[in-house]
Amino acid sequence: MNLKVSTRQVDGVSIVDCSGRITLGEGSVVLRDTVKDLLSKGQKKILLNLGDVNYIDSSGIGELVSAYTTAKNQGGELKLLKLTKKVHDLLQITKLYTVFEVKDDEAAAVKSFR
Amino acid sequence: MAGDRFSYNLDSTLETVDKAEQTASRIASENGFDEDEVMQIAMAVREAAVNAVLHGNAYDPGKKVELEFERTSSDLVITIRDQGKGMDMARIPDPLAPENLLKTSGRGIFLIRSFMDDVKIHPSSTGTEIKLIKHVHGMTEGGKEASQ
Repeated sequence: MNLKVSTRQVDGVSIVDCSGRITLGEGSVVLRDTVKDLLSKGQKKILLNLGDVNYIDSSGIGELVSAYTTAKNQGGELKLLKLTKKVHDLLQITKLYTVFEVKDDEAAAVKSFR
Repeated sequence: MAGDRFSYNLDSTLETVDKAEQTASRIASENGFDEDEVMQIAMAVREAAVNAVLHGNAYDPGKKVELEFERTSSDLVITIRDQGKGMDMARIPDPLAPENLLKTSGRGIFLIRSFMDDVKIHPSSTGTEIKLIKHVHGMTEGGKEASQ
């Protein structure tokens, strides 16, 4: 299943609910465009909810890194919410788990943004 | 499938990447690998197919990707060949190096090596061949689980 995203606002934080696969091609492009669009609108507190993302390939990992650095370079913050075990394991072996701020609870994640 | 070998000749497209992944997933399941192993094998094949289509053949419609599966008595061996200029092994970065952690690419070979038991890469001027090997365990040649 290709990536589907929907965005909602909670207390000034843009929560991007993602479901499906973040892989080379359409999935990566959808994520990139969504984050770019939010940043261009000045919405710089971004929480990517990956609870329904069951597969990410190396291109998808690259896209997460790109989203993180793009947000950071524009004075924003991008955090991850609710990783599935597969995605968690991938971020562990690529040592990116220490780079991203990862949250399990949505309310706590929203509060954690400055 | 023990002793069997079969191959596919595929176009240099993103559809090939998906087909390679799906085929690997099916064959890994048929050979008794568990759910995590099936995911690992399928992802390794996907990454190798991405390298072949993007970096090897560079989407050239005149170049093919060959995908071959072989079940030996001890291993599932998957070979992916492209018709590109040959991978430059010296340019494969260490994605775990601090200076590379935030790079947006360069993790494919690392993931392949992480997920397979053995990986052999043979670049040449006529293309790159990558052999992915996963040991079959606890199975008889007939595909039934061996009694302990």
